[in-house]
Amino acid sequence: MPQIKVMVERCKGCERCNDACPQEIVKMSPQMNAKGYQYAYVVDGSRCIGCRMCAISCPDSAIEVFVEGTQYEFFAY
Amino acid sequence: MKKIFAYTDGLTRLPTHYCPGCTHGVIHRVVGEVIDELGIRGTTVGVAPVGCAVLAYKYFNCDMFEASHGRAPAVATGAKRCRPEMSVFTYQGDGDLASIGMAEIVHAANRGEKFTVIFVNNAIYGMTGGQMAPTTMPNQRSTTTPFGRDVNLAGYPIRVAEMLSTLTTPAYVSRVSSHTAEQTVRAKEVIKKAFQYQIAGTCFTFVEVLSTCPTNWGLSPRESNKWLEKEMLPYYPLGDIKRPEDFEGGQHAGN
Amino acid sequence: MAKVLMKGNEAIGEAAIRAGCIHFFGYPITPQSEVPEYLAKRLPEVGGVFVQAESEVAASNMIYGAAGVGMRVLTTSSSPGISLMAEGVSYLAGAELPVVIVNIMRGGPGLGGILPSQGDYLQATKGMAHGDFDLIVLAPSSVQEAVDLTIRAFQLAEKYRNPVMVVGDGMIGQMMEPVDFPEVEVGPPLAADDWALTGCEGRSPRDVNSLFLDANDLHNHNVKLKDKFAVITENEQEWELYSCEGEYDVLVTSFGMMARICKTAIDVLAEEGIKVGLFRPITIKPYPYDACREAAQKAKRLLCVEMNMGQMIQDVQLATRGAKEIDFFGKAGGVIPSVEDVIQSVRETLAKTGK
Repeated sequence: MPQIKVMVERCKGCERCNDACPQEIVKMSPQMNAKGYQYAYVVDGSRCIGCRMCAISCPDSAIEVFVEGTQYEFFAY
Repeated sequence: MKKIFAYTDGLTRLPTHYCPGCTHGVIHRVVGEVIDELGIRGTTVGVAPVGCAVLAYKYFNCDMFEASHGRAPAVATGAKRCRPEMSVFTYQGDGDLASIGMAEIVHAANRGEKFTVIFVNNAIYGMTGGQMAPTTMPNQRSTTTPFGRDVNLAGYPIRVAEMLSTLTTPAYVSRVSSHTAEQTVRAKEVIKKAFQYQIAGTCFTFVEVLSTCPTNWGLSPRESNKWLEKEMLPYYPLGDIKRPEDFEGGQHAGN
Repeated sequence: MAKVLMKGNEAIGEAAIRAGCIHFFGYPITPQSEVPEYLAKRLPEVGGVFVQAESEVAASNMIYGAAGVGMRVLTTSSSPGISLMAEGVSYLAGAELPVVIVNIMRGGPGLGGILPSQGDYLQATKGMAHGDFDLIVLAPSSVQEAVDLTIRAFQLAEKYRNPVMVVGDGMIGQMMEPVDFPEVEVGPPLAADDWALTGCEGRSPRDVNSLFLDANDLHNHNVKLKDKFAVITENEQEWELYSCEGEYDVLVTSFGMMARICKTAIDVLAEEGIKVGLFRPITIKPYPYDACREAAQKAKRLLCVEMNMGQMIQDVQLATRGAKEIDFFGKAGGVIPSVEDVIQSVRETLAKTGK
């Protein structure tokens, strides 16, 4: 089961990951980080396919992607 | 749990000063990933420009120069000529490279200097607060084109990649973009190829990367990605523009 | 080492090689183009690198790159070209990079002329570019001294991590004189283990930079640079006293090639029993103020002779602090004062002392 981890304090709430996610499960949290940005979070982790598009679109290297067991690689990156 | 996308060793852990949604951050990360994945971080020296990326020397996790405005290709020439075994790259904005630094980039390309240039084109001066750049679009507003860029007075935007490819000296010249994740995947491929040409000592390598500037375009990050797609892509076509393999020994140099 | 007859510009190029510098980035400009021409031929012979830059602006940044990765490096130019390098020199000083820059001065201002001049004295010693920084500036008065001071320049640049400028003039660059090249013990490339950007393999990354956005950081950096120059001032002043042993009524102050012409004038006057001394600074930065003041004490009046409209005279005034009257005799634009000119102006100065 793939999942992402958002480094909340690095996020600047730019929503690029929100737009990049093909599963439309990355949204902006109602909470803010220390800098006052509404950071990204996953609304439904079960639908995450580990495609890494959110992490690829992130300008602040705030997202890391993990997987349990084998993972289909959609594309080389 | 296996990590299939990790923070790259090519960048330091310092959070950047870039505005939310500015794709400088994406381009930094891609260049950092390439340097790390090619295993050259320990033998690389980069040259930071003056502009928004002036602090790039704090973000790239390798030896870095801070160059004066527009002169990074000259600094890189000095470095690469003296230590050819090292990988050398410059990271420059459109004001830095295409305005004050135009002579430097043209002559570095023409001499065929074996380093890699990452040219970030966001059609505006960011650090100084939104003035017109040589790549600013016709009718695009900026703090020095308050009524929109008037091509009769300020001319048309400069397509640097195409311009450089008219030089006879062999080179790898390509243009990519960073405004979507898909384009960023493509950008990484091209940037990696550029560094590989350098490592092989093949030729001068130049990658123009279209980039967004939400703050000075006066748009949200999301709107900026769309604006780039709608306004800049038609004028700045993506793709390889010149490859060293196309070089026929200078025969086509007008004779 | 056998003496060899050599043109000044070429001798300077050869001196750089003997000092262990095999990297050159420069641009053609009269009257110093023979340096790049000579090195374009010589550097490949010693496995070095020669690059003709697209401008002096580029050249000043290329040497920044070369020194930054720990290589000895030289650039040479002439007055207008040196002005184009101004911004680069400020960055070099700010980033504390050891480079040698040679200025074979020509008539100014503007396009000026191509004949010899000393019109860049104040530029080199006082106002090279923006910000508080100090160059070490050496002023040879012969081709042999140009060789010795070029070698010395590399040693000083490395010792203090500071740009060093050697200022000659058209004569020194174009004249041929016999020279011999001293054996120089050349160390390895610069500071690979200290600050040079040689790749962060096995260590943490370094940067070569002059940007300090925090005011306190930049202030402290300025203090550090000033402290460094205080040490340079303490240890590296060089000057020559000529015919100053006994009494003399007039002390002539002059530097570079002009001082040599003054020596001949002094010799001629000595035959007439007229005792004239000469104070010649070799380092015009740090200027030898104390030595100049001391030499001035014995004289009744001073005469400053330069190939410009009066620049070093300001330093002579600083040195003597009004204790002595100072006359000035100078020609600009490439006019070279003759021995007779100098003799005549000494007589005029002497007349004012009631002698």
